[in-house]
Amino acid sequence: MASNLIDVTTPALMLEGISRRYGGVSAAKALDLTVAAGELVTVIGPSGCGKSTMLRLIAGLERPDSGSISIAGEVVADRRRFQEPERRRVGLVFQDHALFPNLTVARNVAFGVNRLPAREREQRVAEVLELVRLNHLAARYPHELSGGEQQRVALARALAPRPAVVLLDEPFSSLDETLRGRVRSDIVAVLQETGTTSLLVTHDQTEALSVGDRVVVMRDGVIEQADTPERVFEQPSTRFVASFMGDADFLPANVHNALLTCEIGVVSTVPGWANCDVDVDVVLRPHEVALALDPSASAQVVSQEYRGAFVLHHVRLASGRTLRSWQPHHVRYAPGTRVSVTVAPGTSPTLLVNDRAVTEPPIAAAGRALQLPEPSPVPTSR
Amino acid sequence: MSDPAVLVDAAVSGRRRRLLTGNGRPLWSAAVLLAALLVATPVVAVVIDGLGSLNSGSLPQDIGPMILTTVLLMAGVGTGTLLIGGGLAWLVTAYDFPLRNLLSWALVLPLAMPAYILGFVFLSTFDVGGPVQSFLRTVLGPGAWLPEVRTLLGAVVVMSLTLYPYVYLLARSALVEQSATTYDAARTLGASRSRTLWRVVVPMARPSLAAALALVMMETLTDFATVQYFNVQTVAVGVYLVWKGSFEFQAATQLSMLVLLFAVAVLAGERLLRGRSRFHQKHGRGEGLRARRLTGWTGWAAAFVGLAVLGAGFALPVAQLVGWAIGEAVGGSEPLLDPRFAEYLVNSIAVASIAALLCAALALMIGHAQRLGGGPVVAAAAQLTTFGYAVPGAVIGIGVLIAFARLDEWLEVAGVPGGTGLLVTGSVAGILFAYLVRFLAPAYQAVDASFAKISPALTFSALSLGSTPRRLLTRVHLPLARRGAAVALVLVAIDAVKELPIVLLLRPFGFTTISVWVYELARENFWEKAALPALGIVVVAVIPVYFLFRRTAGLKNGAVAHGQ
Repeated sequence: MASNLIDVTTPALMLEGISRRYGGVSAAKALDLTVAAGELVTVIGPSGCGKSTMLRLIAGLERPDSGSISIAGEVVADRRRFQEPERRRVGLVFQDHALFPNLTVARNVAFGVNRLPAREREQRVAEVLELVRLNHLAARYPHELSGGEQQRVALARALAPRPAVVLLDEPFSSLDETLRGRVRSDIVAVLQETGTTSLLVTHDQTEALSVGDRVVVMRDGVIEQADTPERVFEQPSTRFVASFMGDADFLPANVHNALLTCEIGVVSTVPGWANCDVDVDVVLRPHEVALALDPSASAQVVSQEYRGAFVLHHVRLASGRTLRSWQPHHVRYAPGTRVSVTVAPGTSPTLLVNDRAVTEPPIAAAGRALQLPEPSPVPTSR
Repeated sequence: MSDPAVLVDAAVSGRRRRLLTGNGRPLWSAAVLLAALLVATPVVAVVIDGLGSLNSGSLPQDIGPMILTTVLLMAGVGTGTLLIGGGLAWLVTAYDFPLRNLLSWALVLPLAMPAYILGFVFLSTFDVGGPVQSFLRTVLGPGAWLPEVRTLLGAVVVMSLTLYPYVYLLARSALVEQSATTYDAARTLGASRSRTLWRVVVPMARPSLAAALALVMMETLTDFATVQYFNVQTVAVGVYLVWKGSFEFQAATQLSMLVLLFAVAVLAGERLLRGRSRFHQKHGRGEGLRARRLTGWTGWAAAFVGLAVLGAGFALPVAQLVGWAIGEAVGGSEPLLDPRFAEYLVNSIAVASIAALLCAALALMIGHAQRLGGGPVVAAAAQLTTFGYAVPGAVIGIGVLIAFARLDEWLEVAGVPGGTGLLVTGSVAGILFAYLVRFLAPAYQAVDASFAKISPALTFSALSLGSTPRRLLTRVHLPLARRGAAVALVLVAIDAVKELPIVLLLRPFGFTTISVWVYELARENFWEKAALPALGIVVVAVIPVYFLFRRTAGLKNGAVAHGQ
């Protein structure tokens, strides 16, 4: 659409060192985030991690204590300036849709473009309703629509004034399971089709990974990682990200002369770690853990959970630590079964030192007393 | 992480620079602060004036008995309403008997009968010259001893009969819904019906009962006319009599401070009784208390109890008033309709309408400003605007007079000869101001209840769609809060029509409202003449009861009722 000519050089949204405290609690600590025009970024984190505060700060519903926010190149909040929400060109889509119950669908959508001349206004309303394929419901009132339709109207309404960025606040969590998938793909399709820059807050890990061009993982007011979905899952930058985004178990391990060893034996080689002897934690995801029947093994199956396509096995190692392992649905080891545990071939697991991922040996690698290494190179979060 | 709508629930700011205006708009926030200042002014004026003359020892002689009378009256009415209201609530909830459905809502009706109207009807019936005593004397002989009616006990009976619905409403909603699931749980744990009542239901209803009692006590403390009919001199009446009767202004302000202390004590008492518990308006899905069927004579006895209270508190007095009014119309020597009736009615309606509009508009403004993100100071200011309702009318009236006197002095000093001139004493401006102070609370509560139903996400959506605060008010908040605004209009208008001491203290010469007229006629024992205007007031006062009834009609479905 002509309305969304993407200016590649200017980021659509930029947060620099944004902090916000409520009483004694830091809801945002020096947040840095740059969102390119047309990007769809998902934001995920546990309750109280600050994702809500971040959206409120961007929308102008809160003032930052420090730092600056720019939208489409224009500074909207910093030490001196504060632009009110109605001037920010930010669209909002809420979990409860927040449609004006006293206005029809068409009037809801027209609410934000009231300054346009009547003809253009009608045209724009028809245009965005067409986008969400709801033209035929223009005369209805919100309560006459289904939850999914209401959410599409909410998106159309947010898009109508051609916002520089659209913020979606858990937009699908009020919809029931069966409807959610369809509404999600509809809405993501519209966002992509219009090239709309958007920030989508969710509490659903699968949603965050499948929808976002990039995923921002937050905890305690800090961005732990902002990266592509693949990297967030496969190369988590912290122990928290590893365990929060999917299942993960951690085993103490050691890298000696490029060989990664832990309780279950040699895991893999670590290129570039030739001359070192370093203690690390290794991150193992259930799909990376292989089991084989072995009556003489010291590990044994503790329990299993049938999940349909596969079976999740909990295995206790000799040390008492447990690992989880996905097995195809026809493989079911009864509790008590002794199994040998290995890592699936081709796995190059994430290594943690002091809860942070490392990709190269720490500088003081010769000794066992380790310095805290620089966190892994994550392009946008640091 | 399952937190719904994360954008919405962020806490209020605690930073100093946000204290004043929060995230909100300075102008709107300032307007709220101004409203709070306006409401606080008369009360503050009374306190300053009272403190200033503290050492002059100007309190009236009979201050001791006055305080004792007030305490006794409040304790008596509190006990009476608790017994009648609580008992009836238990009766209609726990038992099924003939006429139960009718009684369960009709028992609210006495709320529409102002105590000063029931009071004079009661006196006309039971006092020395009334039919009851005449009858008794013919039976027992002229010398027989008959109890004195114009006493504290008489006042307690009359006020309990008009004020018990507060307790009844809140107790019933507590019985029906607050404890439904808990009641079921207690029963499945093997507790008997009565044990469950005393160990579970009553303790859970305690906050509601405390709130209801506080309302009753406030009304008792505020009462002006009823107590005078019964020769009961409370501190609130003392304020007026000292001010208007003996013109001892310092003594009047001292007494006003005392009344304020009583009001604060009532509020503190409510907090204490309520303890740390809060109103739990959970919409539990429990079966709750099941009505047990009363058969045979017990059923009819229960119906009789309900009907007796309803009759004494509403039906019989209304019938008496209607009878008098018809008698006046048919056999009266004066024209069918006293021309003054129309004039005073118009006065009442005009003043009440303006006050209602002012209060509703201010309430909307306060709600709107808070929605824009007020911060703690604005929230505190909004709370402050509701304090006036706890201050008796006579005190507010005196506060307004003092405040304007001070303002005049300052204006004189500043070089404005005459100050505000006859603004207060020569027009209804003083009355309107006092009404605003006193009735902003019910207006704000009604509007606030509507605002509470508007999702904050709606406000945020409108703002992010480029809507200015003013457009947000006219296009979103006003349409969505219009029900609350309408309720506010009605509640304030009716309270204003019923109000007495404020008008008596602040009216310009020759200005009379219908309530003052009723009071003056009844005081002179012109009961027949007072009947028609009194009926007018009752009819008007039935309207909020209808609102209450509509709210309580949905009680079974989880709606919550509370006193106006």
